[in-house]
Amino acid sequence: MSPRPGFILEVDKSTPPALFWHGEGFRLEKLPSGSRVIYPPEALEPVEDPITSIATALENPVGDSQPLSSLLFPEMRLTIAFDDLSLPLPSMQSPDVRQLVIEQILETAAAKGVDDVVLIAALALHRRMTESELRHILGDRVYDSFAKTGRLQQHDAEDSSNLIHLGLTDKGEDVEINKRAATSDLLIYVNVNLVSMDGGHKSVATGLASYKSLRHHHNVKTMVHSRSFMDPHNSQLHSSNWRMGRLIRDSGVRIFQVETTLNTNTFPESFGFLQKREWEWNLRDRAGYLAASAALEKSPPWLSRKVLHSIRSPYQLTGVTAGEVEAVHEITIRNVFRQQLVEVQGQTDILTMGLPYIGPYNVNSIMNPVLVYCLGLGYFFNMYKGMPLVRKGGVLILSHPTRREFDPTFHPSYIDFFDNVLADTTDPIEIESKYENTFATDPWYVHLYRTGHAYHGVHPFYMWYWGAHALDHLGAVIILGGDPKTVHRLGFMSATTMSDALEMAQSVVGPDPSLTHLHSPPLVMSDVK
Amino acid sequence: MDYRPEKLKRVLSSSMPGFPFRAPDWPSTVARAPKHSKLGANYDTEWSRTYPVRMVRALFLDGVARPLIKALIPPTIYGEDRIKNAPVPVIFAANHSSHLDTPLLTSHLPARFRHKTVIGAGADYFFDRTWKATLWSGLAGAIPIERNRVNRKSSELAESLLRDGWSLVIFPEGGRTPDGFGQVFKAGIAQLAKKSGVPVVPVFIKGTFDALGKNSKTLKPGPTAINFGFPMHLGEREDVRAFTQRIQAAVDQLSHELETDWWTARIAAAKNTTPNLSGPDKKGWRDEWQRTRSKATKISSASKWPKTN
Repeated sequence: MSPRPGFILEVDKSTPPALFWHGEGFRLEKLPSGSRVIYPPEALEPVEDPITSIATALENPVGDSQPLSSLLFPEMRLTIAFDDLSLPLPSMQSPDVRQLVIEQILETAAAKGVDDVVLIAALALHRRMTESELRHILGDRVYDSFAKTGRLQQHDAEDSSNLIHLGLTDKGEDVEINKRAATSDLLIYVNVNLVSMDGGHKSVATGLASYKSLRHHHNVKTMVHSRSFMDPHNSQLHSSNWRMGRLIRDSGVRIFQVETTLNTNTFPESFGFLQKREWEWNLRDRAGYLAASAALEKSPPWLSRKVLHSIRSPYQLTGVTAGEVEAVHEITIRNVFRQQLVEVQGQTDILTMGLPYIGPYNVNSIMNPVLVYCLGLGYFFNMYKGMPLVRKGGVLILSHPTRREFDPTFHPSYIDFFDNVLADTTDPIEIESKYENTFATDPWYVHLYRTGHAYHGVHPFYMWYWGAHALDHLGAVIILGGDPKTVHRLGFMSATTMSDALEMAQSVVGPDPSLTHLHSPPLVMSDVK
Repeated sequence: MDYRPEKLKRVLSSSMPGFPFRAPDWPSTVARAPKHSKLGANYDTEWSRTYPVRMVRALFLDGVARPLIKALIPPTIYGEDRIKNAPVPVIFAANHSSHLDTPLLTSHLPARFRHKTVIGAGADYFFDRTWKATLWSGLAGAIPIERNRVNRKSSELAESLLRDGWSLVIFPEGGRTPDGFGQVFKAGIAQLAKKSGVPVVPVFIKGTFDALGKNSKTLKPGPTAINFGFPMHLGEREDVRAFTQRIQAAVDQLSHELETDWWTARIAAAKNTTPNLSGPDKKGWRDEWQRTRSKATKISSASKWPKTN
């Protein structure tokens, strides 16, 4: 049976409560009659044989690119860049799709006698990955062959000796990227395209760029005018990356792009209830829900996190395309939308969503309050095409415990950002002009980013800008079940129960509001007409 | 006596854990895949028409339901003479105000119909769970009728039962009135009459809304009435829509007959001025005011007022 498409449920009194993520736990909330619930399409059928599909894609590129084997020659400098562990979420079961693609590329390179091969994790300003994380992404065979000789590198956006300035775009944007990648005879970029924002020219222009280059699109103005940044045709973030990407291409950097798409088989069978519509839960699903929610509720947060972060997703490959960047990306976008897009008629006064324990920036770590903000207002709010799911001046209700918890190893600058910057103001424009430069150039943060496993000092600022469009658009944000003090620091309201939250929301949007719930997991994107 | 089925339901539901401890309800806005379901319109009621089950049902109807109904909501039966010579089977088409309508009507049908009659009941409401389907088909002889969409299986079952000599009680409004006023009749009943060639007997039931209306929480014992009309046949050149309207008008006339007298009702019918059960203006407060006049606060004696001196 072919997978069912996305679905909009109209809630009536017989509708069972809707499942909400609530950080390291869940909530079941009865929604008012007449509310809508957006359910994602079911997981698409995967390709039959991933290895053959990858090999076929590499030798049958799209656009004006030649097959991979004809681009390789013995004396060449070959660089293979790949996405870091912020994709996919949660990490996928071994073998990771990047491992499969990179192994295939290396097989071809070995057969062609290429000696000078370097692998670079395209971190941008993300934290350096640990050995076990790299092994998970690349597999032991690749890791052991390249790490010992220093040929497995993690991009360092602060290493001026390994950065090259390629010029300015027609809008005056600096394009500065990894020197090894830019000066190679061939740069192959291996993507995991979990959402429509990933991939395309953003891969190299962001993943391998310096702070000097990134600040041209990671700023408040670009984010407010990216409506949404998940919709390439209406995203300033996308336009800026495309200008930079074309300049990189015109500078003579030869890029062979590989993009992969996955279906939404996000959780293993033991968490099968997360992927099903509530009224279709069978006895096993209900038992699974009760056992999991009771166990997670009784456990301290650190233990719940440990359990949840150990989950590996049974994602399956739905498509792989290789060749020229823009031609590849066009096919990829179609594949992503095929999996995630649901057509929705009209906006809503109140939008509700549950936030999970994991986002792109806290894999194997804590979802701190700034990341809660970013996941809700940055990512989930922007999962739309056309117009936002919630109307201008509407209310967003997020469900998350939002504790004042931080990971000092991975997110040191977030702590100061929360304690000092947000205590002063939550206005993104003021934050950008008043504080960004201090954090971005702080030598201690730069040191931790380069030598430890810390996100760059400026990273929490980017998280705040990520939600700037939502802040500009919404009338209020309510965090259901959030710690009041912490939520207040973010500039939002907290509510204990859903009925309290709805009452608070009505004071903003008026009586008899319309309500829409974005049901996740798995990921869903609304095409709002 | 104060019967509180809603209160009992509340107590039971508060002491019994809901979803996810028990199976979820299926939203009525979502269609079920028919091949997976043995409930709803697909529920097989044949077992409930076997002789042993019919015997148990007859004992229940005459030994339990009828005395209980007589004690709680004693009915006065009118118009029985009009169906004295009616052929068997017929389709009884009644207005629907309460869950009491079914036991009241089935337990007071003339004897030649009473024990060979099935009740058309909402497939989505009475047949959505196995226990409910078993209870209603066993105890009341209910058959599932799809209310929300056209279902061939429902109509084919009803038609075949009519052909086998089973009479059918059906509430053409499709559900209980929420406010005491009548609702528009659905055309399914006329369609069924057309297909089977069986006459329709219009029936007006009075008093059950006050006893246990749709939004009532307690049963309030009180008198009720049933008024049977003459059997009606589909006219030679009459279409289904016109026949449905004629059946509804007949029920309106039966109601008017109880409100006034037979002669006044007949004159009104001839002049086409019979008051509509659905009321002249549903939105006006005066209709509700008029309807609830019997419940108005009564002060029987001036002595109950506090004395000023």
